[in-house]
Amino acid sequence: MATVDFSGIRKEICLAYLPDVEVGDYTIVHVGFAISKLDEESALETLAMFKELGILEEELGVESTEVGGTAS
Amino acid sequence: MKYIDEFNDPVLARRLFDEIARITTRPWAIMEVCGGQTHSIIRNGIDQLLPEEVELIHGPGCPVCVTPLGVIDKALAIAARPDVIFCSFGDMLRVPGSERDLFQIKSEGGDVRVVYSPLDAVRIAEENPDRQVVFFAIGFETTAPPNAMSVKLARDRGLTNFSVLVSHVLVPPAIEAIVGSPTNRVDGFLAAGHVCSVMGSWQYGPLVERHRIPIVVTGFEPLDVLEGIRRVVAQLEEGRAELENAYERVVRPEGNVPAQAMIGEVFETCDRQWRGIGEIPMSGWRLAPAFRDFDAEYRFDVGSINTEESGLCRAGEVLQGLIKPNECEAFGRECTPRNPLGATMVSAEGACAAYYQYRRLEGPTEVGVSVG
Repeated sequence: MATVDFSGIRKEICLAYLPDVEVGDYTIVHVGFAISKLDEESALETLAMFKELGILEEELGVESTEVGGTAS
Repeated sequence: MKYIDEFNDPVLARRLFDEIARITTRPWAIMEVCGGQTHSIIRNGIDQLLPEEVELIHGPGCPVCVTPLGVIDKALAIAARPDVIFCSFGDMLRVPGSERDLFQIKSEGGDVRVVYSPLDAVRIAEENPDRQVVFFAIGFETTAPPNAMSVKLARDRGLTNFSVLVSHVLVPPAIEAIVGSPTNRVDGFLAAGHVCSVMGSWQYGPLVERHRIPIVVTGFEPLDVLEGIRRVVAQLEEGRAELENAYERVVRPEGNVPAQAMIGEVFETCDRQWRGIGEIPMSGWRLAPAFRDFDAEYRFDVGSINTEESGLCRAGEVLQGLIKPNECEAFGRECTPRNPLGATMVSAEGACAAYYQYRRLEGPTEVGVSVG
């Protein structure tokens, strides 16, 4: 068992199905069990890909997308 | 919250909507299998912001909704016994049986308890050695490893007062049934990310090949859902049918191997009735013979049960994607979350509950006019 912090709410979670998880890792928890470790690198890659979507069209003036603020 | 807020970013969502609109040239019907995704779609208005050509059909991936009426009635009969503490996930309590629901059993004096995890039910069994503790073990593949663990733990600890009422259902046979139906109009599927995090994405390859239909493993935040839709539309427009993973930060091709091993030890595959849909071959799990002592259906003889569904409820058609919830005559009138006629109006994953909660109270024609 391990303590998992959900944005301030802490719960005791069973790690039997995710024995290699380490302190500081993010995990998906379902009914009291950690079932998958979140791959932070993959998450950042996906977000980077979203940020590039449509940029080419904008530069070419193909599409007039309204973008408010920066994508943080 | 980290890795949740980022996948709710409205600026990036706009980019994905624009990209989907750019690549869409023809009408496509895409089914999101999981009820969690249905709620994300309706809560965020994703269906209303997509190009008119892209229709989302809500799938049967709500475990509470498809748990067969006969099993609910058995649960009610067991929960009403004075020697039983009946433990369940919260959203089962208001699911209508033929005559009553678990809340009514509780109000009539039954000891019905909501638990967060099946491990809580094991603890209750340890604390109450003179009572029979029954856990209602329902759910899709994601919930099966935790439920299996409770049975394994109970056996290892020598608990003779713990048993489970099992009604597990499986996604791939349901997709097979939907694609194979003569009324099918689904062109591509968003597969349920958390089911795949346990079982892996490999299970869906044969379906893609057999039916030449795109399947994209998809997450639950708005950007996840949009990326899943974008990839399905891209495949359809290009005439491709492939298995893709749009939820790579959580889903590995092989899934969670220790969890699958536990499932293989505790459960065996069986035919299963799906409420509102009917029997789907090899679409469920029940306890393996080695664990029969922990099967509540064997432990408690509840006799024969005559089931009776509401005549007004069209949940079956909703679960098969044949109608939208607000096309049912009873929706929002005779049937509300407080007085549900069908399980789809109860659960946090039910399509009718999503439409009611986010005020999609009018028929789809009116919605189309006001938006488009």
